[in-house]
Amino acid sequence: MNRVLPYPLLAASLLIMWMLLNAFTLGHFVLGAAISMIATHAMTSLQPSKPRLRRWQLLPRLAAIVMLDILRSNLAVATIVLQGRRRERVSGFVAIPLELRDRTALALLACIVTSTPGTAWVEYDTDTEILLIHVLDLIDEDGWIELIKNRYESLLLEIFE
Amino acid sequence: MTHIESLPAWAALLTALFVLIGASLTLLGAIGTLRFHRFFERVHAPTLGTSWGTGAIVISSMIFFTVLQSRPVFHEILIGAFITVTTPVTLMLLARAALYRDRAEGREDVPPHPAALRRKASSGGED
Repeated sequence: MNRVLPYPLLAASLLIMWMLLNAFTLGHFVLGAAISMIATHAMTSLQPSKPRLRRWQLLPRLAAIVMLDILRSNLAVATIVLQGRRRERVSGFVAIPLELRDRTALALLACIVTSTPGTAWVEYDTDTEILLIHVLDLIDEDGWIELIKNRYESLLLEIFE
Repeated sequence: MTHIESLPAWAALLTALFVLIGASLTLLGAIGTLRFHRFFERVHAPTLGTSWGTGAIVISSMIFFTVLQSRPVFHEILIGAFITVTTPVTLMLLARAALYRDRAEGREDVPPHPAALRRKASSGGED
């Protein structure tokens, strides 16, 4: 298995991408499978770290939570933009100590934090394991730490570690 | 090769609604970039366009072409996926560059590097 398919997840994603771009037919399945096999073998020379999905069945739940949160914060930031300077607003940095170490999980967390308007991933220090984010509408600093840790990090920890 | 007249009314309305939502969010993001004053505030505004701004337009495109071609069309999802995956790269580059600049200038409104904090704590707070 390891010899034939060194990165099964990557191969599957490439195959799905190929079929999405072309058509869901048997011919494209075979062609796409061949191309993704060659591509994943080329990838082995880069030796990317392999993500280990322990509980992948939690991924849809995470995706649903994130989509909803992104929608909510879209509305929140849109309101802030529309209100202009009529409302006093404090923005600032929040330092969050993380337990998450898996690189794929951290990358996923970065995507979540970045895609959510109103929060921006600024810096993660691997030595101290402290994540620095910037929050546009900072009302309750501890609330943000709780939110990131309980809502996303705990799920990511369950999925990856 | 557009057959807009063959599109049923419900699909046309849904498509229009999502295009409008997506375009408005992206526009608000652009206005926000203009209105906010500090770099770290400005960085938030364009994410309106890269999240549900893109998302809504992608959804409307999927509805439009699925109904028009009477077969499921999903490849627009890839646009959303790639934008979501690549946005953090540019954002982190910009944010860390700005953070480095502000720290080098010794500005008070940015937090010091966590390692520097730790050094300060271990040396008994004298600095």
